Amino acid sequence: MLAVQEKFNWLPPQALDYISRRLNVRKPRIYHIATFYKVFSLEPRGKHILQLCMGTACHVRGAKLIADELSRRHGIHFGETTDDGLFTLERVNCLGACAIGPILVVDGDYKGNMTTNRANAVIKRLKREATEEDAANA
Amino acid sequence: MPKLGTIEQVKRFQEKCKTALDKFPLVVSLCHGTACCAIGAKELAAAFEEALNGEKSVKFIKSGCHGFCEVGPLVVVRPLDVVYQRVKPSDVPEIVERSLKKGEVIDRLLYRPRGNGKVYAKEEEIPFYAKQSKVVLALNSRIDPYSIDDYMAYGGYGALAKALLEMTPDEVLQEIVDARLRGRGGGGFDAGRKWKGCRSAPGERRHIICNADEGDPGAFMDESILEGNPHSVIEGMVIGAWAIGGTDGFIYVRNEYPRALRAFSNALKQAREYGFLGENILSSGMDFDIKVSRGGGAFVCGESSALFRSLEGDVGEPRAKYIHSVERGYHDEPTNLNNVETWANVPHIINRGAKWFRSLGTEDSPGTKVFSLVGKVENTGLIEVPMGITLKEVIFEIGGGIKEGRDFKAVQTGGPSGGMLSQSQLDLPVDFDVLTEAGSMMGSGGMIVMDEGTCVVDVAKYFTDFLIEESCGKCLPCREGLMHMSRILHRITEGQGEPKDMESLKRLGDAVAVASLCGLGTSAPNPVLSSIKYFEDEYLAHINERRCPGRVCRALISYHIDPDTCTGCGTCEKVCPVEAIQPVAGEEREEGLLRIIDLAVCDKCDACREVCPEEAILVESPAIALEHYRENVTEKR
Ligand SMILES: Cc1cc2nc3c(=O)[nH]c(=O)nc-3n(C[C@H](O)[C@H](O)[C@H](O)COP(=O)(O)O)c2cc1C
Ligand code: FES
Repeated sequence: MLAVQEKFNWLPPQALDYISRRLNVRKPRIYHIATFYKVFSLEPRGKHILQLCMGTACHVRGAKLIADELSRRHGIHFGETTDDGLFTLERVNCLGACAIGPILVVDGDYKGNMTTNRANAVIKRLKREATEEDAANA
Repeated sequence: MPKLGTIEQVKRFQEKCKTALDKFPLVVSLCHGTACCAIGAKELAAAFEEALNGEKSVKFIKSGCHGFCEVGPLVVVRPLDVVYQRVKPSDVPEIVERSLKKGEVIDRLLYRPRGNGKVYAKEEEIPFYAKQSKVVLALNSRIDPYSIDDYMAYGGYGALAKALLEMTPDEVLQEIVDARLRGRGGGGFDAGRKWKGCRSAPGERRHIICNADEGDPGAFMDESILEGNPHSVIEGMVIGAWAIGGTDGFIYVRNEYPRALRAFSNALKQAREYGFLGENILSSGMDFDIKVSRGGGAFVCGESSALFRSLEGDVGEPRAKYIHSVERGYHDEPTNLNNVETWANVPHIINRGAKWFRSLGTEDSPGTKVFSLVGKVENTGLIEVPMGITLKEVIFEIGGGIKEGRDFKAVQTGGPSGGMLSQSQLDLPVDFDVLTEAGSMMGSGGMIVMDEGTCVVDVAKYFTDFLIEESCGKCLPCREGLMHMSRILHRITEGQGEPKDMESLKRLGDAVAVASLCGLGTSAPNPVLSSIKYFEDEYLAHINERRCPGRVCRALISYHIDPDTCTGCGTCEKVCPVEAIQPVAGEEREEGLLRIIDLAVCDKCDACREVCPEEAILVESPAIALEHYRENVTEKR
């Protein structure tokens, strides 16, 4: 299941059906496991994966302010994908880089010493890029 | 690679590795740990590789975490033995030209702590390192974690050879018992006793498991050990298998640690090639191998019984404590589970003896402990200290005190299961029993420092919410009790607290602690109970005065601009996302008109305070009432 998650970024129902049949494990159990562990996602995820560290060290350095900013200002909430399919925000606990907290990971790229302003700038940039891309494709 | 089968052969091979290493007159060790990589170590590595261009006389090491993350990326140059901090790719040619070729020290890159004007060149001199005593982390900055030869050059796998070829399992066991090695994963359980119990448990097979789930949010000790010196953990586990009679091994690694996983998997492969894992290890007749299993991001899976369920491929739910895992653990067979750091200590004990180990630390907690020292402390990083050192020494001497010279408020040890300690506890020694007695615990080694700008109620709320998320939901006290505690805490931080809330919190906390099924629940109320114990006044300020002393709780604060410091530069106005900041007509300042925050619009996002060059943005608590503010403003205008 970890492999499927990594490949598709989520667990499509068909894949779970397949796993259930192949391993001969009943579906409720598969879903129990899929919902228990945080790495699994039952919904497709956005184009950009944002991970905000909510570890203790990042928390005392103000990660909450950034979480609020993302949700209030940009409608990006933990565990959800935005309606335009652009962002998925995940909550992670300590990435082992507390010295530079708070940390926002944008598509695998660690951005340290995050502030509300910098978070706003990142989101704006990604949104702008997306519009430009759309315009170019249109 | 010849199969090594005797002590002599292992020793000779170690010599060979050492000679190979000594061939390099110069060493550059770049910290390639997670934190340094996040701030540019990867680019640095590329720059070094280019600048060195295959230079034969220089050994370039991409090492594990050196510890001093605060001033990373770090580069150590030997034999000059200088530490360069905050190195940028543009500094690389100069390091190569001057330090490597001419042996000069580049003054500009040396460490200068804020405030005292001193300059430090060598590792031993830097206060952050001077008070530490490194055992488990000793090799982190010296070896390439991807090279078994480097590890062996420093005597690696010597303890394994000694144990398997010169000692009986009983002797090894006795050594661990005598050393009084206590589990580093949190509980501090006597490892020797655990090993003995597992060894004598009835069963065909015995599992040796390494717990690398490291669920404590805000801690990264185990990651750094796995990433920086994976072979020490393997060596420890094989020695354990010898002493216990283990038949197979597992390591359960948190999914968030892909880097540690990669380093460890590579180390396993090398150990197999060298015959330290697999069949008939060192011709001793023992077969043993280690499999890697990845966790799925669930804190409770660090708990032993939940971990076994998860290893079996099931949902990680714990079970009642009266079943002992040493007898019935993984697949209900005898299982010995120890933490990464516990295993990493084992080779050192076998090499240098129980007596040496007991000479470090305290009587009841011998040895050293690795901590990740984080939060509002000047020097964030990974440290290893002898047990018994006081919290004060750790925070103020190694940690360099509080960031920006502010005042200390609290320190949390033991992660979500631990507690907060206040100023008056700073003289307590770091020791399993002392910390537990004080209402906290040693835990796995997270140490989070809080300053006056942290709200303890908010942190207690944070941990409680974290634990609710992580509670498996199997038992009622933990699931519902925590939920209620959280509701009360939320109410308090939102300014709706009532005097009776304190009593409710204490009663709920006690009930959850007593009635929960597993260690998660029984320790879950610790953050709340300990913070009530030591910081009752903060709770009361929230409840009675609607005041948040740390100025964190959003409902209880308001933002203002100090008319006397504001220079009218207008930076804040530009960043304000809700346009709450406006100029005040007629109030000229050096750079423009005085600004004012409209409290009716401001949603307290902190953006303005971050950017103000004059620190003119003030945060007040209790929040100034809107009506009061209106009066003031109209008056001024
Ligand atoms: C909720 C909970 C979480 C735990 N998380 C961890 C963990 O992340 N890492 C760890 O080594 N031990 C953890 N433990 C402790 C383990 O259950 C176990 O005691 C430990 O791995 C034993 O190794 P040790 O004796 O070497 O410390 C946790 C315990 C509980 C109750
Ligand atoms: S708490 Fe965020 S990286 Fe450690």
